Amino acid sequence: MSRIVAAMSGGVDSSVAAALLAGETRQSGGDEVIGVWMRLHPDGGEGFEQRRSCCSPDAHDDARRVAQLLGIPFFALNLEERFGERVIDAFADAYLAGSTPNPCQACNQYIKFDELLRRGLAAYGADHVATGHYARVEQRDGRWRLLRAADADKDQTYFLWVLDQDQLAHTRFPLGELTKPEVRGIATQLGLPTADKPESQEICFVPAGDYRELLAERRGYLGEPGPIVDVSGARLGTHTGYAHYTVGQRHGLGVAAGSPLYVRSIDAATNTVVVGARDEIASRRFVVEGRRFVAGDPPADRFRASVRIRHRGGEADCEVAVLGDDRLLIETDSPVWAPAAGQAAVLYNGDECLGGGRIARAA
Amino acid sequence: MTIYLDHAATTPLRPEVLEAMLPYLTEHFGNPSSLHASGRRARQGLDEAREKVATILGARPREIVFTGGGSESDNLAIKGAAWAASARGRHIVTSSVEHHAVLNTCAMLERQGFEVTYLPVDRYGRVDPDQLAEALTDHTTVVSIMYANNEVGTIQPIAEIGAICRQRGVLFHTDAVQAGGFLPLHVDRLGVDLMSLGAHKLYGPKGVGALYIRQGTALLPQAQGGSQERQRRAGTENVAGIAGFGHALELAQGDTAARDADNIRLAALRDQLSSGLLQIAGTVLTGHPTERLPNSSSLLLDGLEGGDLVAALDLEGVEVSTGSACTSGSTEPSHVLLAMGIDPLRAHGSLRLTPGRGTTEADIARTIELASAVVARMREAVPAPASQ
Repeated sequence: MSRIVAAMSGGVDSSVAAALLAGETRQSGGDEVIGVWMRLHPDGGEGFEQRRSCCSPDAHDDARRVAQLLGIPFFALNLEERFGERVIDAFADAYLAGSTPNPCQACNQYIKFDELLRRGLAAYGADHVATGHYARVEQRDGRWRLLRAADADKDQTYFLWVLDQDQLAHTRFPLGELTKPEVRGIATQLGLPTADKPESQEICFVPAGDYRELLAERRGYLGEPGPIVDVSGARLGTHTGYAHYTVGQRHGLGVAAGSPLYVRSIDAATNTVVVGARDEIASRRFVVEGRRFVAGDPPADRFRASVRIRHRGGEADCEVAVLGDDRLLIETDSPVWAPAAGQAAVLYNGDECLGGGRIARAA
Repeated sequence: MTIYLDHAATTPLRPEVLEAMLPYLTEHFGNPSSLHASGRRARQGLDEAREKVATILGARPREIVFTGGGSESDNLAIKGAAWAASARGRHIVTSSVEHHAVLNTCAMLERQGFEVTYLPVDRYGRVDPDQLAEALTDHTTVVSIMYANNEVGTIQPIAEIGAICRQRGVLFHTDAVQAGGFLPLHVDRLGVDLMSLGAHKLYGPKGVGALYIRQGTALLPQAQGGSQERQRRAGTENVAGIAGFGHALELAQGDTAARDADNIRLAALRDQLSSGLLQIAGTVLTGHPTERLPNSSSLLLDGLEGGDLVAALDLEGVEVSTGSACTSGSTEPSHVLLAMGIDPLRAHGSLRLTPGRGTTEADIARTIELASAVVARMREAVPAPASQ
């Protein structure tokens, strides 16, 4: 009998994903399901909202209880060190470089579909890893395709575009065809203790959404005051340190102006934060680097697609041109709001997630 | 069928032990402190168990205090003795390979103003008695050295240490929780003043243990309440558990010839296991080659994560441990292996296999076969799916 590793965070989604797999096994002798909870970062202690974090002792308890109810083996895997390097440090370094980090993508790329997958294959003798992501995987014409979830509101392909053929071949998303209310319904019906758990929105390792302390702890960055300027270079105010700001941010600038101002760009070298009015920070043309395609190669040298530059946010139709062996030029039909250096630009063709890259610093 | 090779973590209850306990969970439910017949019957169970334990230890019944287990015994012994003698001195000597019940108790005393010396060990995990003698000062009041190590099975030279302590007038405590089922426990021959025992390591129930306290040893109780256990441990006694413990210890140690025969059988299984696993490339034995518990095989496997190996074997129906049940799931490498001078990276690949009464040669052969296959699969390891 083959085996499948179900990543269990202690939340409702991964609980139901594991439950569906375990149900399949009971009914039709599917894969043997092995529940794995990952400890990714210290649960903090003081000031940390343990209830909401996937790495708190409570989350561990919840995941274990679900595994017990499902009657599946359950192991806790400590991946703190790798998560610390690949996700938390990378997060801090992105801010220090004046760009926007992608922690959830990094976690998928380096933890769930790399370290966990490898450990699952090697140690547990499994063939697949399953997660509670809302996305679908399908094999078409001999290639693995990453498809949007049936529930468009919950679709998480924006965090999964980094997966390649090899990874997708070993991946299952049991929730891909379900809506969130259906998932909660299943959890309630099965009497899972996680059925009513609130949604977690924040970054799991940043308590209460404030990452400034993390920059100080991990990288010794305390922030030095510097200028807030407008697009023409005129000084409008003073900030507490460039890395404390994120492109697109509106609140907390301490600048009074007639119309709302947003962070447009961040210059780490000069410790400068540039702000602009809403229409000044939209763009129709940007370059991405570090391109990756789920299929391996880009579909063509030039092609039509749609692009999304944040998880929640509009999608724009675009023309994509392949530049050299690492970059893409993306020109959108309508302006997209606040493309930020470092942010992922993810490309779609209808339901299919093609891949993407990270937005390069404007030349 | 599951092959259980984790008897150092805990053992199954022997059916005879369960039989000895059942009356006290049913008809003899009385409180041993009650004056009436039900109380007296329960008290009889308690007294009988205390006599059994005392006999095995060559002690008087009044020198035995029943506790909630080995960890509580360690706490009571060390804190109790250290505080009672605190007017004379506040220095404690222990080793760097003790169980956490001892190490964390000492750490707590350090925070309360005591000074603690943690003796180093050699590469087999043994304390040097000469070094121990040198560590004693005029302020030393308590020495605590375990009888046998829970992770690697190494046996300490307890009698030698006991003699040194006696000569220097220092109280000597030994944590004999792992050794309790196998090694001689005669307290005078070992020269110990305080000895911790736990029932569930010797086919008794969980949640019950004992502390031997040599008559005349001043001890500050750690739980206040009624006058149970001669005011050394308040709280209504766990009569059924204590009856089970008494019976389990008697079964393990009452007949020393039978005990030694069991030890020889176990040691043969242990050696079959160790030599079979040592055939796997990159594997070394940890702990002392001969001065070790008859049930303890502990190894390091190069380049592997012990926890992964435990999970992999579990999925094949073989239950083993990385080292100690208490540190499972932590990333910290074992303090015992580090103290033995093993590189922290290599220490991650630790595995402990502890056969027991129910283990057969066929179990051992099957385990070796499965472990070899699992290690081969893990070492072959699947190259990392594209990570950049």
